[in-house]
Amino acid sequence: MNVLIYLVPLALLLGLIGLAAFLWSLKTGQYDDLDGAAVRILPDDDIEGEAPTTN
Amino acid sequence: MGETLDLSMFVKHGDAGSSHMTLAVEGVSCAGCIRKIESGLTKLPGVIDARLNFTQRRLAVDWRDDQIDAARIIDALEQIGYRAHPFAPERVEADDTAQTRWLLKCLAVAGFAAMNVMLLSVSIWAGNVSDMTQETRDLFHWLSALIALPAAAYAGQPFFQSAARALRARALNMDVPISVGVVLALGLSLYETATHATHAYFDSAIMLLFFLLCGRYLDLAVRRKTRLLAGNLATLKAEFAHRLEQNGELVRVPAAALASGDRVLVRPGERIPADGTVVGGASDIDESLITGETTYRNARAGATVYAGSINVSGTLTLRVSAAGAGTLVEEVDRLIAKAMQAKSQILRLADRAAQLYAPVVHVTAVLTAIGWLIAGASIHDSIVIAIAVLIITCPCAIALAIPAVQVVASGALFRSGVILNGGAAIERLAAVDTVVFDKTGTLTLPDPQIDMSIGIDPDTLERAARLALSSHHPLAGALAKAARERVPYEGAVEEPGRGVRAIIDGQEARLGSATFCGASDGAKPAGTNTNGASFISFAHGGRLSTIAVRQSLRPDAASVVAALRRRGLFLMMLSGDRAEAVAPVAQELGISDWRAGITPAEKIAAIELLKEQGRRVLMVGDGLNDAPALASAQVSMSPITAAHLAQAHADALFLGDHLQPVERAIAISRRAGRLMKQNLVLAAIYNAFAVPLAIAGLVTPLIAAVAMSGSSLLVTLNALRARLAS
Repeated sequence: MNVLIYLVPLALLLGLIGLAAFLWSLKTGQYDDLDGAAVRILPDDDIEGEAPTTN
Repeated sequence: MGETLDLSMFVKHGDAGSSHMTLAVEGVSCAGCIRKIESGLTKLPGVIDARLNFTQRRLAVDWRDDQIDAARIIDALEQIGYRAHPFAPERVEADDTAQTRWLLKCLAVAGFAAMNVMLLSVSIWAGNVSDMTQETRDLFHWLSALIALPAAAYAGQPFFQSAARALRARALNMDVPISVGVVLALGLSLYETATHATHAYFDSAIMLLFFLLCGRYLDLAVRRKTRLLAGNLATLKAEFAHRLEQNGELVRVPAAALASGDRVLVRPGERIPADGTVVGGASDIDESLITGETTYRNARAGATVYAGSINVSGTLTLRVSAAGAGTLVEEVDRLIAKAMQAKSQILRLADRAAQLYAPVVHVTAVLTAIGWLIAGASIHDSIVIAIAVLIITCPCAIALAIPAVQVVASGALFRSGVILNGGAAIERLAAVDTVVFDKTGTLTLPDPQIDMSIGIDPDTLERAARLALSSHHPLAGALAKAARERVPYEGAVEEPGRGVRAIIDGQEARLGSATFCGASDGAKPAGTNTNGASFISFAHGGRLSTIAVRQSLRPDAASVVAALRRRGLFLMMLSGDRAEAVAPVAQELGISDWRAGITPAEKIAAIELLKEQGRRVLMVGDGLNDAPALASAQVSMSPITAAHLAQAHADALFLGDHLQPVERAIAISRRAGRLMKQNLVLAAIYNAFAVPLAIAGLVTPLIAAVAMSGSSLLVTLNALRARLAS
């Protein structure tokens, strides 16, 4: 059972990292525009030569 | 136009000469729009950042004051092809946003704690039936306490605060039994851990908080989404007014910035921005949005006019008066205040359940403890069992049952073009058995339409419609909508109050009053029904045509009315318009119960009479004169074109030219209402099984965890059915 001495803190640490990541993403406004995130990945304007003309 | 635009109320000044503004943008529908708007704006010199929120259809712009200003940014957007409206968020909306973030944080902490405590609990449960040593179990219990106690102290705040507020007001709400249950469960578990006992309820307490926070968050999410949409729509509708300054200068300001005593210029075709008194000029006023009356009223110096009416013919100067100074507005306000009082007494289903719930649960727990004491159990065991009863009865399922259905149903309603003012409206819509319609703007379209029955050749119509694009007259607006090519003729000149003229194909064309177009008299085509129609003349190349424009029914009004009747609803029409205008509509739709020319007070009286007969009334109306009736009926809907006051008192708004959303709203709400009741029954069945087990002292932490998550999952899945078959 000695394995618990580092497994339990490890499990807690992983959980805390997850929590911290969520709170960070909330704080940086990543949940403010969920629909936008879904469509923003569609345009291929980062590919050379295929950039749509801008007006 | 030689006038300055004053947007100062929307612009926030930052440090180092930069400014920020939020705009509600019309017509954003695809990924391409985001790119077009953002790159189009950031290319402008002086714009630091432009970011479009696609969910909210709002654009945040930052710029340097010395290089560009707010008005030029809006112009630039217009050139790219998007109309943008400066946006000032209301305080309730900002509060909601802060509240949502807080709940999400609590939810995250509770979720983290629930998962980690459960990790330890599963080990304990497994260990209890195998060879776990006392020391290991104690260690795991202490670890659970270490996670659960701080997490519950943080994530439980929404419930603790609400319970404390209720108790201070000497009332009971759902949060009181929740708080008591959670605190007792944690306290007991801590004691059990310290005395090396087998069972601790850390996982139950924290999981309970997690599920309840889910319900709370869903509830708020519905409210916040509708607030956001309503805020955008209010902004899109917000009007600008031309304010006359002391020095005679004309400044364009948002109508919301007008103060009592300001002088305002209203040109023909513009909507009157505020209640006031005419101090100069004379004009015909279209008050159909105020009173339902479709014939124009003549207003001259001294007359009172209301915000929302349309100035038809001449230019008016108004003095803005304090809200409620006009007789009609005053009466409407008084009636609304009375109706609201009655309405606040309607209790929500969840509140009714909560009021029953709290005393029953606490009495059961106390009786259980007393019962076990009498039966000879120790004080410790009796208290443990009583607390197990409190934990197992905690209203996870009930707290999730209703919000979950509301979220799913409001999503379905939104896809049908209905925006709710709050989740509670669904319950009341579900119970409706009578629908009362207003006529003007509700059964009929808000704007007049071209009467095609007169027969006019398409080419002439197209030329007339394109010419109408250059006019500000309300009737021309109806005609302009028919233009296929939406480009105004070059060099078109409007003569206010008379018409527009332009050179088309080398010949002069005129659109406007009969005399303006050179007709000797009224020149109405013979043999058509002239009742309630207005006529526009169009002269081109020596030929004179007349186009009739009239109020027409919404395209699907007849079929929707028939469908509602098939659903067994009693239909009625209450209109402020004249009987001659109401009767044909009633006949065409087959509504036999109708009244015409009635005042707001009479509308309320008619609805009160229906309510006394035991009917549950849905009022559908758009006018200022409908606002009291909307507040008085059990539930109410308004088209999105309705007067501000009417919208504020409607439980739901519907979009578009069709009446179909009214029927969809009833259908979806009825389904949702059934599901809510089913969910409450499911929760009751769960309690009927779990509570006797708890009272018998058979509930272990494992059973509590399975029962709670099982019942929550069941009601959530059942709620999702509101989405199917809609």
